[in-house]
Amino acid sequence: MKKNLLLPLLVLSLLFSACSSNKKVLKIGINAELTGEVPAVGASCVNAAKLFVERINQQGGLDVGGVKMPISLIVGDNGAKPDQAAAVAQRLISQQNILAMIGPNISSCAIPAAEIAESLNCLMFSPWSTNPNTTLHSKTGTFKKNVFRGCFTDAVEIPALAQFATRQLHLKKAAVLYDTSSEYPTSAAHYFQNAFTSEGGKIVNSETYTTGDRDFSAQLTKIKATNPDVLFLPAYYNDAPLIAEQARRLGITAIFLGGNSWSTPEMLKLDSGHYLNGSFLSNHFSTQSNAPQVKSFIAEYQAKFGQLPDDIAALTYDTMGILSEAIVKAGKPDRTAIHDSMAKAEHFSGITGNFIYKNGSHDPMKSIVILSVKDGAFGYVTTVEP
Amino acid sequence: MNYFAQQTINALQLGSIYALIALGYSLVYGVLTMINFAHGDLFMLGAFVALILESVVRVPFWIALIVTMAVIGLLGALIERFAYRPIRKAPRVSAIITALGCGLIIENVTLGFSPYPRHMPTLLVNTSYYIGGVTISSLQLTIISISILLMVMLDLIIRRTRFGIAMRALSFDRAMVPLLGIPANRIISLTFALGAALGGSAGLLYALAYPVISSSMGILIGWKAFVAAVIGGIGNMRGAVLGGYILGATEIISVTLLPSTYRDLIAYSLLLLILIIKPYGILGTPPVQKV
Repeated sequence: MKKNLLLPLLVLSLLFSACSSNKKVLKIGINAELTGEVPAVGASCVNAAKLFVERINQQGGLDVGGVKMPISLIVGDNGAKPDQAAAVAQRLISQQNILAMIGPNISSCAIPAAEIAESLNCLMFSPWSTNPNTTLHSKTGTFKKNVFRGCFTDAVEIPALAQFATRQLHLKKAAVLYDTSSEYPTSAAHYFQNAFTSEGGKIVNSETYTTGDRDFSAQLTKIKATNPDVLFLPAYYNDAPLIAEQARRLGITAIFLGGNSWSTPEMLKLDSGHYLNGSFLSNHFSTQSNAPQVKSFIAEYQAKFGQLPDDIAALTYDTMGILSEAIVKAGKPDRTAIHDSMAKAEHFSGITGNFIYKNGSHDPMKSIVILSVKDGAFGYVTTVEP
Repeated sequence: MNYFAQQTINALQLGSIYALIALGYSLVYGVLTMINFAHGDLFMLGAFVALILESVVRVPFWIALIVTMAVIGLLGALIERFAYRPIRKAPRVSAIITALGCGLIIENVTLGFSPYPRHMPTLLVNTSYYIGGVTISSLQLTIISISILLMVMLDLIIRRTRFGIAMRALSFDRAMVPLLGIPANRIISLTFALGAALGGSAGLLYALAYPVISSSMGILIGWKAFVAAVIGGIGNMRGAVLGGYILGATEIISVTLLPSTYRDLIAYSLLLLILIIKPYGILGTPPVQKV
């Protein structure tokens, strides 16, 4: 039985390998959060990448050194777990021979995956991870050679939000409630406390919880006792509506602030009681833009997936654009050449605004959009330049 | 003062839910000396059954509670019949692995159907009462009182009915009871159903109190309730209830008095201390060696 199976399998595998080498596709890996705590993040990332690839492949592919080569996406699910993200990175790079990897998106997955990409010398491009340590070496503090990102970092985003709270909303007393077992909330809380204090505000309370907690009553009762006028909640989209609901039920009247971790429409669905009304968040992208390329992106995305694109989708789309430009400029489908051409990239204009990679930085300078939450929709408020 | 009164209400709500789930662990352990690690996932499934009931047929609260308990109870009995009974005579570790496996299956099937966290619609009119600066919602009162009602009912079943007597006899001597003509398998099935139904009711109440539900929500709560059952003395029903409230209270008190970052450290150190002083739990009794 075994013998009988072996031969056809061998022939099949030869056939397949022959096919793929003849066709010459550009293999790009996607390391996305398709299951686990934040599946909406991974879904947006994969959707936008597919939309981009569809556009490119309709024109026959990318022009690489005079040959038109279509892009092929290889999607791996990291389950929003750090260990799985590293394993997926390992598999995509060493077994499936991708040219470059897009993702992971959440920082707790992006950081371990970046270590793998760096050690295997493959370009990794995270569309949404805002933690500084994704692109930086933990020991030396210099940029990891192979890791780039397509968004601003917490260090840029959160101070801008704190500035908006103190200068435009004139809020002075802030409390913070964050998840200590997750990367983004912890670093965002840290930046917010520093920035809010240096803007002349006062942090009256800083409370924590751990991933998976659903009861925040003890922390919120403590926060209520200090009577803050703003409560910063750098939680992911599944926690924020719960915290807001419990806070309002306890009688907390503070304005809620959040970072870009709030920005998916899924959060608005979970907040059907509209407890987040009147909140503000900092974000990468607003769907209310009038730029023609943004409008056509939104229209196509909505037609194909039946919902508005969120910032993760928009950033993934731009990240794919920057990567494609680097591949075209490299002129050959080769990891080192693509890396070198990416390292030389300085300016890119995408749907989320301008990307400027200054002085060899792997983190682009980008403008920050402030959005409001009202009756189950995000509204554009203002743009803050870093 | 208000502040502490508020925290007491918070602790009662959290403790009630822990206690309801802990009872499921203790019931099963009482008759089979086996830890049903799938219990946390049955709790999670209870929340999803309630969600389906509410989003598809929109039944009133009492019916939702009864149907959820019935569905999860039936599922608990089925798991016992088809997964645990065949290996009842196998070594203890096999039962633990089977239970963990059942839990993972339930969790991943749910994940397959619903990878996204879902919002639980509100079932009860939720009015908040402000009494001297303390906020109590009718939802909190409902959760606390229904939990207590269910616990009292369970206590009556165990102490006053023939089934309860058979159950207690079974936990006292599993070899002797079938010899007296008591259908041991049926009693065991019913015990599983009862424990699972309580877990299901906790799932429904939890989903009402914390209305974002996801397939992974049973893991952490399941472990905490297990800890509560052990603290109270696993196998002892009143102990499970006591353990649930103690765990809820320690979690809330440690946040109240200290920075919340130390919550789990303080709460679990305290529980560890209880176990050092009372190794069989607060109301547990050490097994008597028969000669």
